[in-house]
Amino acid sequence: MPNEHSSRQYEQDLEAIRSRVLQMGGLVEKQFFDALACFRLLDAREAERIIAADLEVNQMEVALDDACSHLIVKRQPAANDLRTVMATIKVITDLERVGDEATKIARAAAQLQHRGLVPIAHEETIRVMAEHAGKLLHESLDAFARLDHKLATKLIIADEKVDSEFRLVMRNVITFMMEDPRTISAALDTLWVAKAIERIGDHAKNIAEYVVYIVEGKDIRHTDYAVQQGAG
Amino acid sequence: MINIATLSESSPVSVDDLTPVIHVKELDFFYGSFQGLKQINLDIYERKVTAFIGPSGCGKSTLLRTFNRMYDLYPGQRAKGEIVFNGRNILDKDVDVNVLRAKVGMVFQKPTPFPMSIYENIAFGVRLYENLSKGEMDERVEWALNKAALWGEVKDKLGKSGLSLSGGQQQRLCIARAVAVKPDVVLLDEPTSALDPISTVKIEELIGELKEEYTIAIVTHNMQQAARCSDFTAYMYLGELVEFGETDKIFLNPTKKETQDYITGRFG
Repeated sequence: MPNEHSSRQYEQDLEAIRSRVLQMGGLVEKQFFDALACFRLLDAREAERIIAADLEVNQMEVALDDACSHLIVKRQPAANDLRTVMATIKVITDLERVGDEATKIARAAAQLQHRGLVPIAHEETIRVMAEHAGKLLHESLDAFARLDHKLATKLIIADEKVDSEFRLVMRNVITFMMEDPRTISAALDTLWVAKAIERIGDHAKNIAEYVVYIVEGKDIRHTDYAVQQGAG
Repeated sequence: MINIATLSESSPVSVDDLTPVIHVKELDFFYGSFQGLKQINLDIYERKVTAFIGPSGCGKSTLLRTFNRMYDLYPGQRAKGEIVFNGRNILDKDVDVNVLRAKVGMVFQKPTPFPMSIYENIAFGVRLYENLSKGEMDERVEWALNKAALWGEVKDKLGKSGLSLSGGQQQRLCIARAVAVKPDVVLLDEPTSALDPISTVKIEELIGELKEEYTIAIVTHNMQQAARCSDFTAYMYLGELVEFGETDKIFLNPTKKETQDYITGRFG
């Protein structure tokens, strides 16, 4: 562990930001799981609640950005502190987007229920990729909390799996639509959900990349870094 | 997708392309029996700004003062090792320190104008080394004051006392005085610690301009100042050079944990 700052207030401010990011992470994770459950059960009222709860996520984003701005103006962080603040600002954005994706899933659930008959196996189709994306999100927050860059590197590679599962879902859904045009609207709603899940996987991967930036000081976005590490 | 290998190779400054002006090798320094510097090895590169940071008493000013043998003025202080400048070890006994100090000028923490006119503050030093006609001297004074970004403010009152200027102006006058004798290297020992923020900005901008022609070494307690205006940074602690490298690297991702603790305020 690094030494403590000479300024206790600085230490506390940094720690407060970190713990609030994790709190926000916990909240969007819950939003995601609730949205998936809602999609499984086609519960329109629950969907409304989830959509309303996104407001809290948005407020946390604004408050955390503000806290980071204050820290920068007061402390002029350097080295690992600077990287932590820079990465935190970006993590916040990704978490807010995960919240948005969760509301998209909830909205699709409400629409499906509204249509009444669901002629396709909507939940089964996306279940595997949802599990993987959920695990990815959880572990990326874990890696951020523990600054575990090894785990983060693995997660960056693991996102490939979610992406390829999305392609499978798409093929699957197209098959439904080709066999019976009456399934088209339900199939499209399911596809939007799959897309939202795939995006959540991408956001989790981004968070993992910021963990590597904090720990190693390397900006590995848009590089083959993780693949090289995995191979080496 | 970018290959990570090509990304890490594209470093902005390559040390190999730079020319060291001052080459410090295994330098020890003693205040009587106290050792102030321990085995310092370091290169100061041509037309770059090198900043020295570290807590009080770490030896950064001591190191700076060896570059023009300022310590000669104090009995009991001595240096051992090598400081190669212009192809010779300036620690050698037979080095003419007056010539050395013309080539390696120095500006101190507190502005130290001579109690004479602004014009004479500049001309005084030049006369020690060069024999210039009145016209040439006028030109040199204007040139030096221009270099120090002070000409516009003092051109109508060159006959007034240097002490009548504000603190920031006095400091720029001292920089003009150092530059007037056309040195190769300018040493700045906490040049802005006694100045207000506006004067500080002016001096920092001046540093940026001066490095087009001069090599600059600066000691500063202001870490952001080092980050803003230097190309290379040396972190010193207890008389040792802990880390030396490109300023961006030192402030974003230092190699040593001690450096990181110091620049992030985790020191002590």
